[in-house]
Amino acid sequence: MDIKAGSRLACPECSTELVVVKPPSAPVALTCSGVAIVEATADRPGGGHGDAAGEGALVGKRYADEETGLEVLCAKPGPGTLAADGRVIEIKGAKPLPSSD
Amino acid sequence: MNLSLLLEMASSASDERIAVVSGDVALSAIDLDTAARRVAARFLEMGATGVVYCGTNDVSFPIALFAASYAGIPFIPLNYRLGVEQLQPLVEANAGAVVVAEVMPVVGADPAMTVDRRELLDEAFAATSDVELPGFVDPEDVAVLLYTSGTSGTPKAAILRHRHLTAYVIGTVEFAGAEPEQAALVTVPPYHIAGMANLLSNLYAGRRIVYLEAFDAEVWIDTVRREGVTQAMVVPTMLARVVTHLDGSPADLPTLRTLSYGGARMPLPVLEQALELFAGTGFVNAYGLTETSSTIALLGPDDHAAAFAGDPVAKVRLGSVGKVLPGIEVEVRDEDGNVLAVGEPGLVFLRGEQVSGEYDAGSVIDEAGWFPTRDRGWIDADDYLFIEGRADDTIIRGGENIAPAEIEDVLVRHPAVDSACVVGLPNDEWGQSIAAAVVLSAGRSTTVEELQAYCREHLRGSKTPETIVFRDELPHTPTGKLLRREVLADLAG
Repeated sequence: MDIKAGSRLACPECSTELVVVKPPSAPVALTCSGVAIVEATADRPGGGHGDAAGEGALVGKRYADEETGLEVLCAKPGPGTLAADGRVIEIKGAKPLPSSD
Repeated sequence: MNLSLLLEMASSASDERIAVVSGDVALSAIDLDTAARRVAARFLEMGATGVVYCGTNDVSFPIALFAASYAGIPFIPLNYRLGVEQLQPLVEANAGAVVVAEVMPVVGADPAMTVDRRELLDEAFAATSDVELPGFVDPEDVAVLLYTSGTSGTPKAAILRHRHLTAYVIGTVEFAGAEPEQAALVTVPPYHIAGMANLLSNLYAGRRIVYLEAFDAEVWIDTVRREGVTQAMVVPTMLARVVTHLDGSPADLPTLRTLSYGGARMPLPVLEQALELFAGTGFVNAYGLTETSSTIALLGPDDHAAAFAGDPVAKVRLGSVGKVLPGIEVEVRDEDGNVLAVGEPGLVFLRGEQVSGEYDAGSVIDEAGWFPTRDRGWIDADDYLFIEGRADDTIIRGGENIAPAEIEDVLVRHPAVDSACVVGLPNDEWGQSIAAAVVLSAGRSTTVEELQAYCREHLRGSKTPETIVFRDELPHTPTGKLLRREVLADLAG
């Protein structure tokens, strides 16, 4: 699957939906609790992940893979755990700013 | 990432809370999303290649903006206050765009492609449309064309792509981070980058946006009170009017947690009075440019509070724009491109994902990704950024670079002076001589000699204006930027 900036991706098994903020520098296997992530428009059976451990994908959080530079934004939350080539990808730390708007 | 996705996310997280209020119309993010998709299909059916918005703040502004994004075409807010000669060429430059108008007709616009903004809320407007929206909007596509306020002459269109604006929002705003009672009062117009940033940030944060169509100090204060406003952004002229209106009485706005200001240089006396009158409110100075998708540096509430408490270092930094945001890099360079050391003034360059630096005539970003802001400034030892003003406004007198703001800051400290504008006049001996147009405070008087003596006391003699004239008012853009070229024409003429 081609992971390009702006692509909408989803987990076929859980409710997690992602948007690609930065594409990876090299092809990478993006998974949600071990299940390959697909295009958001693809078929999504939605069987769930069984006992998903961890806090899941949190809406509005950015997840970044340091090794490939891949960065995704979680557009819809889900219980699965995101990984790139098997590496769990973590929330990209954001420093809270005082509101300027 | 694209703008409509920000709305889609806001709508999926929405607990029916109100997203935008204008007059007696209140819409949730879900309502906005529904309307924007419907209107997008209608715009595509009309064959629109862009969406021009010509009007004040209103719920139709976000509907038109997100409809443009859903349709994959640029959004172009125009300054509805421009005269016919200025507005017409901008409308004609965007032929093919649908024009969403507050007041019909719009000069230069095709009547068949003009829509009364009230129609956007009318379900019948797009009821028949069965056009399918493009599912994928490329982050590289143009999201917004903003005509810069053009204090130096003809306006030029700054191009902001989806990736620039969304980088700013997802990089600085916590999604759905606002508590349910939070509300932001927005008085900056849709054609100002701060108006755009206000809308996107607050919607993404889940903070109710309250629009005022036109700014009035008393209405602003009443609205903060009535709507329980927790956040507000003003340009300096607005804050000056609020301070004048308060006339020394406390603002007494307990709900207002944050008051941010930006868009032009804030006169220190106005800020100091405001800090006194708005006890309990945190102040934020936001610095940014249209070309940088709004804010790139912030001076926060703690710095303001420390200055107000008398901390001498913080008092100096009250004249700064604070520190750059995470993800933004800044460099100060001399005219030859050499990077300058801490404390040395020069040209400010910026780099970051939200920085576009692109105009209709092309990009000005250099090979390494740096954007020349054309602002002059310097950075102190603790990374606070000080902005002196536009490089084009710098006065060069006898080989010495003089920032007009430095002299203006001294002049406005004189008790008889309300406001001042300093410009350089052509001079055979010095290259340029320093001239000031001064507006006196109500009921006060002074003389040219007294003001010159006052400047000599606080600045070097070479920075004392050779010419000082008194004027009833100074020319400003509607969003509070001083029109120096008009003052120059006045003084040189």
